[in-house]
Amino acid sequence: MKKLNSILAVAIFSLIMVSCGNNNESKRSGGAMSSNVAEKVYVAPGEHDEYYAFLSGGYSGNLTVYGLPSGRMLKEIPVFSQFPTNGYGYSEETTPMLETSFGFIPWGDAHHPDISQTNGELDGRWVFINENNTPRIARISLEYFETEEIIEIPHSAGNHSSSFVTENTEYVVAGTRFSVPYPQEDIAIDQMKGNFKGPLTFIAVDENGGMSIDFQLKMPGFNYDLSHPGRGDSHGWFFFTTYNTEEAHTLQEVNASQNDKDFIAAVNWKKIQEYVRNGGGEEIDANYAHNVFNHSTQTATTTMMNKVLTVDPRDVEGAVFFMPTPKSPHGCDVDPSGEYIIGNGKLSTDLTIHSFSKMLKAIENKDFDGDAYGIPVLNFDATLAGVVKDGGLGPLHTEFDDKGNAYTTFFISSEVVKWKLGTWEVLDRQPSFYSVGHNMIPGGNSRKPDGKYMVSLNKITKDRYLPTGPELEHSAQLYDISGEKMELLLDFPTHGEPHYAAGIHADKIKANSKKIYRLDENKHEHATLNESETRVERNGNEVHVYMTMVRSHFAPDNIEGIKVGDKVYFHVTNLEQDFDVPHGFAMIGANNSELLIMPGQTKTTTWEPTKVGVWPFYCTDFCSALHQEMQGYIRVSPKGSSQELKWSLD
Amino acid sequence: MKSILKTALLLFATISLISCGGGEKEEKKDIKIGDYSKKETKKETKATSSADMIDMSNKGIGPVKSVTIGDGIDDTMATHGEDVFQKMCSACHKMDKKFIGPKIADVTNRRAPEWIMNMILNPEEMIAKDPIAKQLLIESNMAVMANQNVSEEDARAILEYFRKYDTQ
Repeated sequence: MKKLNSILAVAIFSLIMVSCGNNNESKRSGGAMSSNVAEKVYVAPGEHDEYYAFLSGGYSGNLTVYGLPSGRMLKEIPVFSQFPTNGYGYSEETTPMLETSFGFIPWGDAHHPDISQTNGELDGRWVFINENNTPRIARISLEYFETEEIIEIPHSAGNHSSSFVTENTEYVVAGTRFSVPYPQEDIAIDQMKGNFKGPLTFIAVDENGGMSIDFQLKMPGFNYDLSHPGRGDSHGWFFFTTYNTEEAHTLQEVNASQNDKDFIAAVNWKKIQEYVRNGGGEEIDANYAHNVFNHSTQTATTTMMNKVLTVDPRDVEGAVFFMPTPKSPHGCDVDPSGEYIIGNGKLSTDLTIHSFSKMLKAIENKDFDGDAYGIPVLNFDATLAGVVKDGGLGPLHTEFDDKGNAYTTFFISSEVVKWKLGTWEVLDRQPSFYSVGHNMIPGGNSRKPDGKYMVSLNKITKDRYLPTGPELEHSAQLYDISGEKMELLLDFPTHGEPHYAAGIHADKIKANSKKIYRLDENKHEHATLNESETRVERNGNEVHVYMTMVRSHFAPDNIEGIKVGDKVYFHVTNLEQDFDVPHGFAMIGANNSELLIMPGQTKTTTWEPTKVGVWPFYCTDFCSALHQEMQGYIRVSPKGSSQELKWSLD
Repeated sequence: MKSILKTALLLFATISLISCGGGEKEEKKDIKIGDYSKKETKKETKATSSADMIDMSNKGIGPVKSVTIGDGIDDTMATHGEDVFQKMCSACHKMDKKFIGPKIADVTNRRAPEWIMNMILNPEEMIAKDPIAKQLLIESNMAVMANQNVSEEDARAILEYFRKYDTQ
């Protein structure tokens, strides 16, 4: 026995000797340079990250905010999904945000965030994001980091080639991935070919961010996968990749991959804008919700819209062309100069690069190779600028730096590849772990990307972190791209599936971020701006409690005269005016959610008591040394009781 | 078998300490609450007696170094001050009784006008450093005075409201 122990001891000792040394053979990236790598992503306690990154939450329906280079998650912004953490989508003020023509939809599948631009550069005012499942586009304020507006896209299905913005945020686009009858009708599925359409919706954005559908382009029934706007000389154009030009309605895995080439659709939106301003297009019936959150009333409203302007692309001369692009192209990316349009042929090893100037020439020379449903197809060689040969397997997306390089993700071979614009030569390749989808370079989709970092957004997490059962968060990886070779710096988990992300230098946002809601600007219909105005009012079986909160008490905190069968509305106002002093409100037995109320804010939740007794409510956010004392009681009497309403705080 | 594991664990722990340690310093210092800097903390006389709590020469700590007080009361300013007080302060302060914080009546005879304004404008530093404010925090059951982001102009108006109240 003793012998065994001493053998063990020796074995462990030698193991430890090894483990305390520098393990240069580490399989993790960095290896011998790992301390240097750690410094590059280290943001000391109390210091701020250099960049904001907005990552789509995919099936979480929300948007997460991260700091780069640390990879620290700063916030989750609820957009398309209910969020019991702060009551979004549950509170009376915010439920209208999730209204649609299909009724109240409590969840969403968020995809592609894109930041607003001025003169081709990110301006940090808003971030837009699309919902794929029940087609919608949201606008999120980067002053409040809150969803301010959601517009539903009628006649669309699979809102995927969205929500990319033009150089001056003239438009945000919403394209259809699943072509559908237009407008919807009851027809046999196998009648798809020629009968379904793939509408591309152009949503105008006004100077305050307000969105309205300007027109819908009635395109042939292909699958419009991704898109990006032109910039510089190509400003005024928008480019969309298509697949399933076969118009297969079943077993698309096989049947949508028959054609050697699909198309990139080039849309001259300026021409169509002019056409509709001169009265062009046809107004057709539609049914869609337009939800707006007003920061003054702190309340959202839903307006149901019933018309949309539709444009047949064949009616506008010279407005829409198809550029043949091999192998079911996925990502459609435009370089910072606006000259190159990259088709990432996802079932191929190559990238196809079209030239904008060659495209204009081909249009001028009518260098066509037939047409598709009356839309001219440009000759493939006439627009081709070059091909990146054998970059990898399954190219999906391309981003750009500020030095004339492009970075493409390859899903099947799990790598990111750096190549040179113009010469199309591959300069570097690095593995990604694993199955990378999108990548993101801060300042992307603009004339001025920052060439410092790249984030790869990976689909498979597997063994990158401690295992957490079968279901895992996804994974992002940060690369340093400032040198000749890319260097993997950091892994960090992401919440939901980060289909895409948008990054921006912190200086463009930081100073504008609001600290509080000002009480003197609070125009909420049920705000109580003064503790002396707190009260309880009965209207039939509806009871309205006008309540305030401040460190650390509720007013009133004792309420009697509530009865079983009542519907109680708590309109709660946080009277604090200091940064980061939220209070929570939680009522025992509430069937919806708690409320998290920031300084100067008013929120409303409802409660339908079912049991007689004296029931507590309390603050859920540890607000002060007296937080545990921040509570109150509500007496619930039987239905029909003669107990009068009473309330107090003393 | 259990004993083997135990021994192994013990050895593991001991050896780890020996082979990987070395970074910790031996010297021990008393760590005081709130003592973040290496500066010597000044010893402040604690205001405990009621006499210490009335110190009209204490102007407090904050942006207000001196206030000009007129002979009479500026009624317009006092009315505005009352309005601001009702909105921003009355959730915790009542005029004639102690509520969450001290009662307000007679405050202009207990505190310098600068002290009152600094308490409104700079409560975090006041309750950390000012001897009277520190004692009031204890008497208020550690309920910290909230910074309501009142402007200096509005704080002056609140002072005028208190002055008017105290002359009536």
